[in-house]
Amino acid sequence: MIVYWLCFILFLTGLYGVITRRNLIKIAISLSIMEFSCFLFLALLGYTKGGEAPIVDPADPVRTYVDPLPQAMVLTAIVIGLATTAMLMAVIIRIYRKYGTFDIREIKNLRG
Amino acid sequence: MNPLIPLFVAVPLAGAFLIMILGRFIPFLNRYLAAAVLLFLAFISFWSLLTEGADASVYRVGGWEPVNGVPIGIYMVHDSFSALVLCIISLIGLLSVIYSMSYMAGYTSGDYFYALFCLMTAGMNGVVLSGDIFNIFVFLEISAISSYALVAFGVGKNELEATLKYQVMGAIASFLILFAIGFIYWKAKTLNIADIRVAYEEGHDRSYYLLVQLMLLTGFGVKAAVIPFHAWLPDAHSSAPSPISAMLSGVLIKAVGIYVIIRLFFNMFEITEGISVLITTLGAVSMVVGTFLAIGQWDIKRLLAYSSISQMGYVVMAVGIGMILTARGVKSDVAALAITGGIFHMLNHAAFKGLLFLNAGAIEYSVGTRDLRQMGGLAETMPVTSATSFIGSLSISGIPPFNGFFSKLIIIVAAVMGHFYLLAVLAALVSIITLAYFMKFQRYAFYDRQPGKTVQKIKKVPAPMLFSMIVLALVCLLLSLLALPSLRDAILTPAADLLIDQMKYSSQITGM
Amino acid sequence: MKGMTIIVKKTTQLIAGMIFLYGIYIILHGHLTPGGGFAGGIILAGSFILLILAYGSDFLILVRKESGSTIYENLGVLVFLFLALTGLLFGGRIFFANWLPHGTPGELISAGFLPLYNICVGIEVAASILSIFLALIIFKEEILK
Repeated sequence: MIVYWLCFILFLTGLYGVITRRNLIKIAISLSIMEFSCFLFLALLGYTKGGEAPIVDPADPVRTYVDPLPQAMVLTAIVIGLATTAMLMAVIIRIYRKYGTFDIREIKNLRG
Repeated sequence: MNPLIPLFVAVPLAGAFLIMILGRFIPFLNRYLAAAVLLFLAFISFWSLLTEGADASVYRVGGWEPVNGVPIGIYMVHDSFSALVLCIISLIGLLSVIYSMSYMAGYTSGDYFYALFCLMTAGMNGVVLSGDIFNIFVFLEISAISSYALVAFGVGKNELEATLKYQVMGAIASFLILFAIGFIYWKAKTLNIADIRVAYEEGHDRSYYLLVQLMLLTGFGVKAAVIPFHAWLPDAHSSAPSPISAMLSGVLIKAVGIYVIIRLFFNMFEITEGISVLITTLGAVSMVVGTFLAIGQWDIKRLLAYSSISQMGYVVMAVGIGMILTARGVKSDVAALAITGGIFHMLNHAAFKGLLFLNAGAIEYSVGTRDLRQMGGLAETMPVTSATSFIGSLSISGIPPFNGFFSKLIIIVAAVMGHFYLLAVLAALVSIITLAYFMKFQRYAFYDRQPGKTVQKIKKVPAPMLFSMIVLALVCLLLSLLALPSLRDAILTPAADLLIDQMKYSSQITGM
Repeated sequence: MKGMTIIVKKTTQLIAGMIFLYGIYIILHGHLTPGGGFAGGIILAGSFILLILAYGSDFLILVRKESGSTIYENLGVLVFLFLALTGLLFGGRIFFANWLPHGTPGELISAGFLPLYNICVGIEVAASILSIFLALIIFKEEILK
């Protein structure tokens, strides 16, 4: 049970980082931490004690396998997370070129 | 199985990548290919709306038949509710593409623009058609990532700041949704919405699912920009190029926000009174606060963006009223009426908010500014824009022959019949304030010519932009026909019935 | 001198080909072993990225490589979609139908369409990772200019 709570604590750590950090790169890293806590959680869901990789061997049908569906979900989510992070980094680099800073307090053109 | 259903996703995806390959060899191919893709989508979506009956039609991707009544594989579900949303996606998308043919001519890298546009459409169609919760997440991310890129398309200071805000909030929302999907899978051991419903019936832990419901409501609330989670919307919707603003405000927040909230909370979870009161409160708060935030704006697109929040509040509130009545098990006809009003207002909002954003884009195109204080007297120089935006303003503020009046009337009548007098009064008041700030928009932009403050350079608005605006203005008029009882029973009522009857959706899909 | 030291360059020369082959192995055995298109594609992209990092590169060459990899990326997706759409035509009007003969489980050429899908995904992932990497490097070079 404790591992699931650790995932949730990791998620909250990332959220804390997003809220409190001022540097854009650190915000992106915090978002990645949140993302990976989700992946860990999903991967843990599929875990079965003593389970093996889910490639069914017809000779030995009673073996226990881990649940493959969360693994497929994690893989898809990793691809999506990669795209999100790449997009965020591209925007951050562009912002650095326009504003000359990574400090989020300096980036406040839009108000109201 | 209707073989057209996967084409809703496959055709815009193929279009996007074909544009990226062929666009670099053949100039001007991108816009015509994108328009062709959207035209095809509009055709098949209206075809499906008219030919499909009230029953849901299920498409099993890969041909995986259910085993012992348990669905395996990916399901795509086309029912009377998703058909309506598909129609507005493709209609607004088609008109936005036609509009951007001349609006985006000044920007470089048109290939990327049209490819991302098709990708965003594919994502939204996928969200609407998807029958399992994880695919909703995947398609949601496809549409979200392409909309992040489209918001930043101008790569100016404001655009980048807006897209950063949008991305950070959108990413947090996505992770909350992913976590909630994990929680659901943990208990229900399935991802199919209909099957989760069945597992939920068999035995459930109320407090566990309450946590999941709150996480999902937060996540999709950010995507739908209901009020405590609205901070990204005014920036993103006002910084994007105007056709994209029309897509974001007109379609995206509905397809990936409101639609998914309605679908999940009606068809996946059992409706409880606590969560429905929460949803109604959120809707009422965003209705009231959004309108007060809009009234002080001088930037046209910011004004329209805040008014989107307020109008989405109407939809959420109407659906919430329907949920409360269903949870109490009383007055199911009033509940159906409220939900019908909500769905009708959602369709109407797509039409008139799309129209108003296109008008704002035309003004920005020809005058070069978005600040209301620097305009005036545009009614003489831009007659078509002025007339169509007048229609849009009257529709959104609920003046009779236009569509907004009927949907707001249905919502208010349903609120009164369900004895929610406070909400009815609030809805009427907000409608009056909406009229006030749209009259401000009309007066400052089109009529109030101040001496000594003439706008110098006025470019003529090109024909494709005028075409899109005129068609949307006509759609605004035509949609009010849906208030006629015969048409309403044919188009809107099946959608509301599907939502009210709690087990209908899952029984149609699992076939039990 | 562009790139890193001679030691790094020589080692990279030795390793990069093997990494590339390993990626192809992972992609081709995607339907038999854990791994598959995504993991193999990342490994393929890794070998290219290693070469670019070790040898350094010219700005113009980078831009040309980026446009090339974008074409491969789009082609990968298009072929994938085309294979899925053949199901609509030949596989009983089913999207993603696996209408090729399935073969015996456990052999390299089996499982119908799955190896083909894996190859498409592999090309797509390798090209897109490379494109992302090149785009970020091009940003850096533009700042330095």
